[in-house]
Amino acid sequence: MALNVTKLRADFPILKRKIGGRPLVYLDSAATSQKPKAVINAISRYYRVYNANVHRGIYRISEEATIAFEQSREKFARFIGAKTPKEIIFVRNTTEAINLVAFSWARANLKTGDHILLTETEHHSNIVPWQMLAKEKGLRLDYVKMQDDGILDWASFQELIKQSPRILSLAHVSNALGTINPIKQMAREAHKAGAIVIIDGAQSVPHMPLDVTDLDCDFMAASGHKMLAPTGIGMLYGRQDLLEHMEPLMGGGEMIKEVHLQNSRWNDLPWKFEAGTPNVEGVIGLGAAVDYLSKLGMDNVRQHEKDITRYALDRLGRVKGLVLYGSRDVEKRGAVISFNLEGIHAHDLATVLDTQGIAIRSGHHCAQPLMERLGVSATSRASFYIYNTPREVDFLIRTLERARKMFKI
Amino acid sequence: MTPDIYRETILDHYRHPRNYGDLPNANTHARDSNVLCGDVVEIQLRINANRIEEARFRGEGCAISIATASMLTEFSKGKSISEIKGLGNKELIKLLGTDPGPARIECAILGLKVMKAAINKRQNVKASEEIGR
Repeated sequence: MALNVTKLRADFPILKRKIGGRPLVYLDSAATSQKPKAVINAISRYYRVYNANVHRGIYRISEEATIAFEQSREKFARFIGAKTPKEIIFVRNTTEAINLVAFSWARANLKTGDHILLTETEHHSNIVPWQMLAKEKGLRLDYVKMQDDGILDWASFQELIKQSPRILSLAHVSNALGTINPIKQMAREAHKAGAIVIIDGAQSVPHMPLDVTDLDCDFMAASGHKMLAPTGIGMLYGRQDLLEHMEPLMGGGEMIKEVHLQNSRWNDLPWKFEAGTPNVEGVIGLGAAVDYLSKLGMDNVRQHEKDITRYALDRLGRVKGLVLYGSRDVEKRGAVISFNLEGIHAHDLATVLDTQGIAIRSGHHCAQPLMERLGVSATSRASFYIYNTPREVDFLIRTLERARKMFKI
Repeated sequence: MTPDIYRETILDHYRHPRNYGDLPNANTHARDSNVLCGDVVEIQLRINANRIEEARFRGEGCAISIATASMLTEFSKGKSISEIKGLGNKELIKLLGTDPGPARIECAILGLKVMKAAINKRQNVKASEEIGR
């Protein structure tokens, strides 16, 4: 095993929890990750020791808060390979990051008749903002098709990219199928065709080594809460030259240099986009989360996830009546597995698993167009992270077998 | 292991839904889905003199939503529409024989919501007919 999972599990207080007398088996990290003590303590220490607003007070604790806040930005910038912390904008979540690009960059740069290229497998957060903008400006949305094995259809991509979309926006890793998209190659093709590239990194940034400069994407969105940090903190990476020319989406304090009665001058990057008091505790928690993951090593995180995904795919594949969606190749997928057990609706399955302390997600995973493409109304989804063990997979399999008996299938 | 909401009666209604299909001489129907999970239930009713004479349904969904819709079609037969409209969560739980809990009660509510919508539709049609007269 690439990680010492037994040791690191002790860092997560919630994993000691019992559900109906049984240990919690948390298999829903694609929805949100659990939090290590290091993160919980960093937030608690901020409130106990140096709680103050940032970028304001000329006094000791405000300076300490500001330093911790901006250090977290530097840490995250390094973590994803940004050239400078100025390229990291703090927002609420991945959704807000994508909306910021849509309603600032795209609203100003696209005109009627332009088109935007997405994929059939996107999360609603990478579909709906574009539909809203398309309605406002008369844009066309195209979707790269997916093959039956969950991999994007390269021919479909080639054909659509030839039509010169202005934007290519897609998930690095699909939240419903776990497919890892070849975004580096896609970005190269998209740039040749004159598009800018937006990557939804919600399911990749927490799980694998990643370098935005090497991938050569123009924007990347991610959420803190899926990478051990608290909820309410999201990150938008943007290429500096693009961010410089963008208008802020919200006005208010913090984002200005000078305010007069009739006009104002915007602040420098990144603060131009951060109106109002920011989520200080969230940012400080994010810094602690980045430290924690960096110490484990993202190569090790990825290796552990490949190992457990390979194990789970193998075991799940042997359960009678179980349908697996997506690729079987762990090199091409992250630690997210969607499946259905024939004869049992995904919600019923989730309820049965819950009685045994197993937390999985069931439903459409905010990807209804993908569910339509798969021809199902819902799937069950098990997703793994650094703290999950093969023994938990075994328990999941045993419980699935018992559910089959219970439903007499 | 078996949670109470998967008691035998519920699983039986799920596997062998009663009154499933179209009602040829229905005089009202409604259809709705649960945004959370995509479950769909459609109910057709024949209402006469403010009583439900016959009820049939179609649906796609989990055991709770299908079993509830099935049970409701049996339960509603011969009942007055005001009685059905007066049903709430408490009565649904009684009908199911168990409380599915806050997350899954939504699945049970779907069928009742659709049945009430079908009744309301019929009443609106009748009201506008009377106004037109």
